[in-house]
Amino acid sequence: MRTTWLSVLTLVCLAGAGAARAQPPEHDAQLAQGKRVYDYWCVPCHGPGLGLPGFNALPGTQQLEIKYRGTNVSPLLEERTDLVPEFVKVIVRQGVSFMPQFRKTEISDAELEAMAAYLARNNPPVR
Amino acid sequence: MPSPPPGVSAADFATALRKFETAVGEQWVFKSDEDAALYRDAYSPERDEPTERLASAAVAPVTVDQVQQVVRIANEHKIPLYPISTGKNLGYGGSAPILSGSVVVDLKRMNRILSVDAGRCQAIVEPGVSYFDLYRYIQERDLEVWIDTPDPGWGSVVGNALDHGVGYTYGQYRDHFGSHCGMEVVLPNGELMRTGMAALANDAAWADYKYGFGPYVAGLFGQANFGIVTKMGFWLLPRPEAYRRGTVSVPKRRDIVALVEHVNYLENLGLIGMPGFRSPLGFAQAREPDLRALVAKPGGPSDEELDRFAESKGIPSWSVELQFYGPEKTIAGSWDYVQQRIGASIPGARFEEGVVYRFPLTVEQQAEVQRVHRLVDIGVPNMSIFAIAGGRTAQNPDSADGGQFYFAPMIPRTGEAILEANRVLGEAYRDAGLPYNQYFSAPACWHYRAFIMITSLPVSRLNPEINRRSRAAFRAIAQVAAEHGWGEYRSPPFGVDLVAGAYSFNDHALRRFCETLKDAVDPNGIIAAGRGGIWPKHLRGSRA
Repeated sequence: MRTTWLSVLTLVCLAGAGAARAQPPEHDAQLAQGKRVYDYWCVPCHGPGLGLPGFNALPGTQQLEIKYRGTNVSPLLEERTDLVPEFVKVIVRQGVSFMPQFRKTEISDAELEAMAAYLARNNPPVR
Repeated sequence: MPSPPPGVSAADFATALRKFETAVGEQWVFKSDEDAALYRDAYSPERDEPTERLASAAVAPVTVDQVQQVVRIANEHKIPLYPISTGKNLGYGGSAPILSGSVVVDLKRMNRILSVDAGRCQAIVEPGVSYFDLYRYIQERDLEVWIDTPDPGWGSVVGNALDHGVGYTYGQYRDHFGSHCGMEVVLPNGELMRTGMAALANDAAWADYKYGFGPYVAGLFGQANFGIVTKMGFWLLPRPEAYRRGTVSVPKRRDIVALVEHVNYLENLGLIGMPGFRSPLGFAQAREPDLRALVAKPGGPSDEELDRFAESKGIPSWSVELQFYGPEKTIAGSWDYVQQRIGASIPGARFEEGVVYRFPLTVEQQAEVQRVHRLVDIGVPNMSIFAIAGGRTAQNPDSADGGQFYFAPMIPRTGEAILEANRVLGEAYRDAGLPYNQYFSAPACWHYRAFIMITSLPVSRLNPEINRRSRAAFRAIAQVAAEHGWGEYRSPPFGVDLVAGAYSFNDHALRRFCETLKDAVDPNGIIAAGRGGIWPKHLRGSRA
């Protein structure tokens, strides 16, 4: 019932690199849907811009800035090139830190699929 | 097949789930363990413990008729239901039921904005509508009204009001239940009822007048379990011409008494929105080791010692940020009046001009606003408050932990009460082994005729010991608060009986009255067992 953090990491490893490969025509529509879902549900915390006075970023972005400080990993999810769709889906359905999980009445499985594909769109092709 | 709710046979539960599927569609009944887990309280202080409140399943109707069908089916099979709106009541239970095994009725799909009338400054919405949704609807149509929003913008307008949630502008709007006008409710027998003017056959004045005729029963549906609310009307602010902010600082510790009296006067006259009390001296502890030493000394510092330190450093003991909304000249005049009134009354009071905006703001101006204060002050929903919800820090950048719940006692709206509450709660927190800013904590002013001495208690996804300590502290401190006449205005699920139990006048006459009502309108006890500390008869021995 409860996926452990170890299994999340395992998923990341097993899933390997991202989704960028020869895409069917409907892929563009899926990415557009994914961006809509991302803009609605994720940007209020993970977008660019300021947070509360005294915070230089929105809370999700600020947390990832702390996590990836000193690396070349962007704190903005839309700029990432290493987000594996399966990992995105596990985080959305389980939550992490102070981010709660999202229910299927909020983000349906199809919408989550699209959003995960959108966040993986920048990944380098699988070799 | 999930485990059935307490007291329900597996066969009855299976039958009920099949009927739910017929009512709402198979894909909108969530009965796998994986799907039911999506309804866990993400900030549960009982996470992974046997007492964690878990749903057995969830059902997500999209129409009022479907809600009625779900309730009737639940009655037939005695299935406990727990309605949620957007499920974002984090810190107070989130999307989880109070009674484990309940079937969550997830109203998120009921997300229609039925009307926004800018001329009459009102809206009627369904429970799945978030503050973001309503704000966007208004912005897209350039309607000249504002919403009053709580900190997290993803919350339900209806759900927040029903949990007595709060915002930031004028008192009559930031009391979100108080600003509602007319509601529609599915009663525990499945019947549909409306309150106020919405109860007329012609509901044209739904959100114009609260009381209609006869008893005002709408209050029974906030923090309670007498039905499932499916629509609510709300009063909106007219978009003001301008916003102004100013800060008043006072030098001495006991100046808080006079300062509160002045601010109360201003607010009771409708001249200001939510005041924001602070202690600049308290903030100075981080950079002033001598002040920290003074605070930590045995017996604590006297008022005179704190005043001497404050004077030596030129740091005010207290300040209050005042918000003015209205015509530009009018609010400039109000700020002048504040300076004259308080300047003539409190020696050493200082006044600092704040920002002034004219509305509507451009996108660029709105971004600039965020540099200086919270967007919620001008009715713009956002999620920035989560910056203070824990999580990763520079010292612990890999933490996957975070979350909190709240202890929120109401105290009288006086400076004396602030000082007394700090003394009493400081000792209670110290006894509980948790930190508390004993000499400098300022109240939240969300509910405008009382102060809320709110503090957060940490929650851990990973360390049950942190959760046990927070729960124990809540219980101990709530007990102390109750002895001083300070009851909480909201509660996490594990605390509902403790909090409700403090309202004990005349051998718990209030609770007994609610139980009498509960037995009459919900004899099978199917709606939100435990909410508001009200339990159906067959569960009264269990409690939370």
